[in-house]
Amino acid sequence: MSPLLTHDVPSGAAYSVLVRAGRVVRLTALDDGANCSTLLFAAHDRVDRLNVPDTLKAQMSARICAPMVLMSDRGLGLASVTGSSLDWHDAISGHSLDAHAERFGASSYGSDRNEWRRSARHGLLSELRKHGLGPLDLHACVNFFSKVATSDSDAGTLTWVGGHASAGDWVTLRAEVDLLVVLSTAPHPLEPSWRSGAVGVEIETGSPYGRDDPSMTFRDESARALLAAKEVFV
Amino acid sequence: MSAALDTLAVEEAVLDVVVEAGDGFVGTVPAGGSFRIVDLNGNQAADTLFFDAHDLSNRYSAMDTIREQGAVYLTTGSKLLSSNLDLLATITGDTCGRHDTVGGACAQESNVIRYGRHTRHQHACRETFVKYAASIGMSARGIPHNINFFMNVPLTSDGGLTFADGVSAPGKYVEVRAERDIVVLISNCPQLNNPCNGWNPTPIRLLGWWQ
Repeated sequence: MSPLLTHDVPSGAAYSVLVRAGRVVRLTALDDGANCSTLLFAAHDRVDRLNVPDTLKAQMSARICAPMVLMSDRGLGLASVTGSSLDWHDAISGHSLDAHAERFGASSYGSDRNEWRRSARHGLLSELRKHGLGPLDLHACVNFFSKVATSDSDAGTLTWVGGHASAGDWVTLRAEVDLLVVLSTAPHPLEPSWRSGAVGVEIETGSPYGRDDPSMTFRDESARALLAAKEVFV
Repeated sequence: MSAALDTLAVEEAVLDVVVEAGDGFVGTVPAGGSFRIVDLNGNQAADTLFFDAHDLSNRYSAMDTIREQGAVYLTTGSKLLSSNLDLLATITGDTCGRHDTVGGACAQESNVIRYGRHTRHQHACRETFVKYAASIGMSARGIPHNINFFMNVPLTSDGGLTFADGVSAPGKYVEVRAERDIVVLISNCPQLNNPCNGWNPTPIRLLGWWQ
């Protein structure tokens, strides 16, 4: 079945899209080294947004991978990671700011036209403001296609794992409630070069699922978040 | 004023309050001031946020702090950064060893997810956060991911996360130096369902030194 919507986001750009509950967002790395810093909001109440700490601690994970459920501040399963070619998507090291982009030299629209280097913060805020949102609505993002490992040492030292994603890598997110998805394809802030890639966004019709769904059976916590999502409007 | 720990006499503190289990605190620490949180009875999570006192949208950012220091845990020397990468405070003293900033704050709704529907009406940190935040004109929208002082949440190299006990003990403390005028917002965690408070939430003491 062909997607309901297909949109390629070029490298270093930002995008937002409203997605109906039940549909599937497929993100595809179109270049090696792509990164996709992604924010999620419940479309019916945008104060209720992705909460990475709650998502990680409820599922005892330091990374995002299938079949985890991405949870909101107020205990909703916002989206399920129904599949991915990668077993690790970073969620603990944030998105790039202007200071990260400026490491690679000055850049502006005036000098570089649409090739100018814009940070993830620049792009995410630009998209958030289109929806009446702003800096207060920034929260910890998921950096799809990027990996930042932690050591087992007392300090928990971070290690940037370069070359994690290759062109063709993908992840699918099933919207559990109506979602506002806001994303940036700017490089990960730990990427040592201004290397990033384009990301394909496809919205597909989803399929009904039951109690045997992998995200339902993953953990009791995941199942409870999905059940809460069904009770948003009673 | 630098904050050499052994030079700060408790009797000279300009702030000295005890926060009961399940209660909170909001207050301002001027630039250069030292602010200490004492775990009076041990194994008590102090969920803490810092804000630029002159721009509450310029607020503590867990993920920016982790990335810029290149390490997951907070301890002496950790620079606590805002969402704009401004330095809000530096940890100048830590007799505990390390502190979590990945695990966030408990909420009634996340308790339901983690422990079941019967916990829906148990008191939780985010109830305290929104109450004290409201007193300075801030809503839930303005509350970011926090620090859990005295809490031990080990991350593993294979991508795991666990809640562990036993890093803190009675009388251990953490101290920060305000690097600009900051607002401190604290929830003294009421969680009963995991070991973050040793299964028994207890008071913390807040001490401050400034001109």
